[in-house]
Amino acid sequence: MYNYLSGGFSAYLYRDLLLGIRNKTDLVKPLIFFLLISALVPLAIAPEAERLAQLAPGIIWILAVLATLLSVERLFSDDLQDGSLEQMLLSPNMLILPILGKIAAHWLMIGLPLTLLSPLIGIWFSLPVVAVIPMILSLALGTAVLSLIGAVGAALTLPRQGGVLLALLVMPLYMPVLIFGSATIQSAVDGLDWTAPLAILAAFLAIAIALCPLAINAGLRLAKNG
Amino acid sequence: MNLNLQWTWFHRLGSPRWFYQKTQRWLPWLSFIMLSLLIVGLVWGLAYAPPDAKQGNSFRIIYVHVPASVVALAGYYLMAIAGAVGLIWRIKLSYMLMRSAAPIGAALTFIALVTGAIWGKPTWGAYWVWDARITSMLILLFLYIGVMALRHTYSSHEAADKASAILGLVGMVNVPIIYKSVDWWQTLHQPATIKFTGAPSMHPDMFMPLVVMIVGFYIFYAVSLILFTRAEILRREYRASWVKQLVTDKLAEK
Amino acid sequence: MAATNILKIDNLAFERNDTLLFEPVSLQLNSGEALHIEGANGAGKTTFFQILINLLEPSAGSVYFRGQTFSECRYDYLSDILFIGHQSGVKATLSVEENLRWMSPDNTSAEKIALALQSVGLEHYANIPCYRLSAGQHRRVALARLVTTTASLWYLDEPFAALDKQGVAFIEGCMQQHLNSGGAMVFSSHQDLVKIEARSYRLQSYRGVM
Repeated sequence: MYNYLSGGFSAYLYRDLLLGIRNKTDLVKPLIFFLLISALVPLAIAPEAERLAQLAPGIIWILAVLATLLSVERLFSDDLQDGSLEQMLLSPNMLILPILGKIAAHWLMIGLPLTLLSPLIGIWFSLPVVAVIPMILSLALGTAVLSLIGAVGAALTLPRQGGVLLALLVMPLYMPVLIFGSATIQSAVDGLDWTAPLAILAAFLAIAIALCPLAINAGLRLAKNG
Repeated sequence: MNLNLQWTWFHRLGSPRWFYQKTQRWLPWLSFIMLSLLIVGLVWGLAYAPPDAKQGNSFRIIYVHVPASVVALAGYYLMAIAGAVGLIWRIKLSYMLMRSAAPIGAALTFIALVTGAIWGKPTWGAYWVWDARITSMLILLFLYIGVMALRHTYSSHEAADKASAILGLVGMVNVPIIYKSVDWWQTLHQPATIKFTGAPSMHPDMFMPLVVMIVGFYIFYAVSLILFTRAEILRREYRASWVKQLVTDKLAEK
Repeated sequence: MAATNILKIDNLAFERNDTLLFEPVSLQLNSGEALHIEGANGAGKTTFFQILINLLEPSAGSVYFRGQTFSECRYDYLSDILFIGHQSGVKATLSVEENLRWMSPDNTSAEKIALALQSVGLEHYANIPCYRLSAGQHRRVALARLVTTTASLWYLDEPFAALDKQGVAFIEGCMQQHLNSGGAMVFSSHQDLVKIEARSYRLQSYRGVM
């Protein structure tokens, strides 16, 4: 039924996915937010295809950042409240893998659906077809980085449960991802080489996978002391 | 481990007191050097340095703007390193330095932003331009405020110290990435229309007062950090017998 | 069987907001022994447990497990302890059986799970999601781990809270059996009626000056 191998990675990945599927509302909220705000943008700016297409890369990325930020807050707080965080910290295995498992589950439930929904937003905003593939790739890589960095903020603000403080901590760290994410789409729209900013996003992901779990581990251990 | 803990126990109790008593003697000297440098630098920069060929006299604000920016950025590293030292060697004094560094750094960053805006109006015709350096300074301000605000999440000093130290380290890894990203982003959108008067191209008559001011600001930073940390030491160690002794002595003097 | 030393606590102290929370603790625990931690509310019992399970770092002093410090035997130590605290660790949306399986050792057999559920009286609830259970039943799900665990050192922080007589009797049975088979445990409880033979240790709030 469960796979307990790989030092907790797949166990926590599986459990968080199961919990997510059983609480469907939490899963759908960020996606609805993403879609709703996207629908507001043309109303607030102008329904002209040209202007929308110009703004599309930036808006899609800002919405992806906000949707991740909204959902990442609860990554550890439920576990803190019901005591399963305590039990996770007692696991004899390295905590890095359970943490990565939880973040992978978060990405599968938030980042991946956002990525898959993005072509729809692209159509709404009249994004040129050439930019669709770069957009999907940049969101797929970038939202994973956002989940990892957001998890650091969520772990550190655990005793008071995030909110504005979480946004304050995490937003400056999101800036590079936002820059290179929207630049990937923009470069594709402008007919420039979009693989370079995408490669930098991939580099960010590699760094984040290596370093974020360390900070999260240290942060989670403080939560009980809050 | 046992011995090690014993050692840190003594060490942690000992070092704030040592710092408090040492800095008592350093402070007058440092303050004197700071005041002389700042006065010399300001008078030299504002009154005697030649006006800029293009900007006229408005460039003189760099004698405050540049030192504040430089020290604000260096202060972030100092704060993060102090936090790391606290995490690794569990030295309380180091956490106290980190805590004191945050508001000073935030204030300097704020000064850098405000002077930048004042300078920007006559130079670029706008108070705010999304220039790479200005944007980076704004992000630096957010990072500082984040470190300060995170403390209030925790009800115990010890946890708050560690959390701020972790955040400081995360920020330290990110500051160069953020800076480089913003730099790259800016060249993408605004191909070199705005250029600062770069230091090397400056005339020595303009440049020397700037160096004096930068050194003066560093010493100003050191003096503020020492004062803030001394206050922090008293706040945290008020139960210690040496602090009580200090208070009775002060009262006796009066 | 000669009693072997399981746990040795040496001058353990913990600082919060620059004050010691309790008077430094020195203790020994041998196999087959139980230790009852007493203390007024706020004396630091929960913190004491969190230091023992390595969630908090002591400000001074050390803890030895079978003669080794935490850093020397972290993996062995954490694989050999069971901790049940105030919060049950039970996930509301998972079923009773899923929760127990999650909290039990990896290779626990289905029979053992069924036996554990039976002994806490939840055998008919195996597939019911936990949000439908009462507070006492929640607690029982967590306590069913006492049957499935293979740990030799138990830490039970207020195990009797929110339980009826039957539940208390069940835990006492588990504890007695664990002690008889050479295990050791540290527990805290406000009830004096505990039938387990245990040494008590009273945590004293710190009164001295630094």
